Amino acid sequence: MSNMFSDWFSIIAACAIWLGALNLMKISLNKAYKKERDWFYAIVTIISFLVIVIAGFFFSGGRRFQEPGTNFDWLYINIYSPLSATMFALLAFYVASASYRAFRARNAQATVLLVAAFLVMLGRTPFSDWLSGLLFMPEGWQISNISNIIMNVFNVAGQRAIMIGIALGLISTALRVILGIERTYLGGD
Amino acid sequence: MQKIFEKLLSLDRRYIFLVIFLAVAVPIFLKLKIDIRVTDEVNAFYKAIAELSSGTRVLVACDYDPGSEPELQPMTEAGFRYFITNKIRFIIIGLWPQGPMQANKALVAINEARDEYIVVNDEKLYFGTDLVVVGSDTARYGIDFVNLGFQAGNELVIQRMGSSVRAAFQTDLRFGKPIEDFDIMRGLNKLSDFDFIYNISAGYPGTVEWVQFAVDRFHVPCGSGSTAVQAPQVYPYLDTGQLSGLMGGMKGAAELEKLVGFKDKATMSMVSQTAAHIFVVLFIVIGNLAYFATRGRVAKKG
Repeated sequence: MSNMFSDWFSIIAACAIWLGALNLMKISLNKAYKKERDWFYAIVTIISFLVIVIAGFFFSGGRRFQEPGTNFDWLYINIYSPLSATMFALLAFYVASASYRAFRARNAQATVLLVAAFLVMLGRTPFSDWLSGLLFMPEGWQISNISNIIMNVFNVAGQRAIMIGIALGLISTALRVILGIERTYLGGD
Repeated sequence: MQKIFEKLLSLDRRYIFLVIFLAVAVPIFLKLKIDIRVTDEVNAFYKAIAELSSGTRVLVACDYDPGSEPELQPMTEAGFRYFITNKIRFIIIGLWPQGPMQANKALVAINEARDEYIVVNDEKLYFGTDLVVVGSDTARYGIDFVNLGFQAGNELVIQRMGSSVRAAFQTDLRFGKPIEDFDIMRGLNKLSDFDFIYNISAGYPGTVEWVQFAVDRFHVPCGSGSTAVQAPQVYPYLDTGQLSGLMGGMKGAAELEKLVGFKDKATMSMVSQTAAHIFVVLFIVIGNLAYFATRGRVAKKG
């Protein structure tokens, strides 16, 4: 029974990918047709989608589309990869800007967060060992050690609390649904 | 002094962008290197893979996309290098659609053969795909490694593999051949037949799911390479021994490169990352000094 449900989940998940792709096309085509705000980006989405789908389905030279050397692979390596990595890399700039303008020790909690962030950020770099040596910090109290304590003790305690909280929340929600107390998913109150 | 602080508070963010750009770019262009200390988590990870004897079979689950490539791709490459040089066979899969392609990319990157192909028994074997050469060792597709591709279904794929690998992955990614046709897959029927899971993860589905299903349910040891953002979330599993080891972010990758003995991209990027961290810390200090000196009187700009 468990295997059957797993198989059906995979089938539904695979269908959902197609549904998502078709829905993206529908929304983008609608936006472009009605010339809504930023309709130009909808055109870019449609063209990108069609190019990669056509390259994968029809121009793989008789090979599997994901194999190195195919047109699909070329698009993946030379366009998708750099664009995706660039989007993620931009985060570094915004994090730096936000840390300068918004990360303030306004109260005790914010100060604790700030100090912890400080120690972990420095402790995760080789620079911390050099700095600890420069400041003659005793063995076991070097920045990297303190960073490890924060990650292995305080962070683990916090993460466990979150995990247990989520698990209890899931159980209580499931019970509410099973017992008929929770009916919002049916459209009721 | 007050005016300086006020000016600092209303500093145009483009100057911050410029500083971060220089902090990251200059060390890369100057090819600066820095020595790093290996942490206990990565030592434990390395110890777990070092205990694998030649011929054992490892499941490499590449659960990430190009967005996390700078952090995670070096882990994949270092892992493949280690497996090939130690004659450990590996089976690649992905719970993320892009994962198996990232693995292909890693195999092409680590291949040291200069030729495009060789002909063996009238069969053309391409380097980087059919054959991967690392130093004096060569791994052959289907015998020493295989790529089974992506399967939709998230953690349920892991659960399905628990009873039958064939039920979750019918064919391979490269040729579309049934997986039982490959030499490497002989006798490999279910998840517990694997000796180790080498998971490279950027989020969901990823390390948490591999621990919850593969480790807890099917008792297969698992080591994780996670993004720096995800690493704090999986630390509890390390503490309990559910994870054999953990590589967190680019530093984790650099530490593995050091242990494997092939310093590559992650090691090269450590100076940039260190510089960026130092400048972010400095920005926080300056921002706070200016804020308290002016008591936040200056409106934020930019």
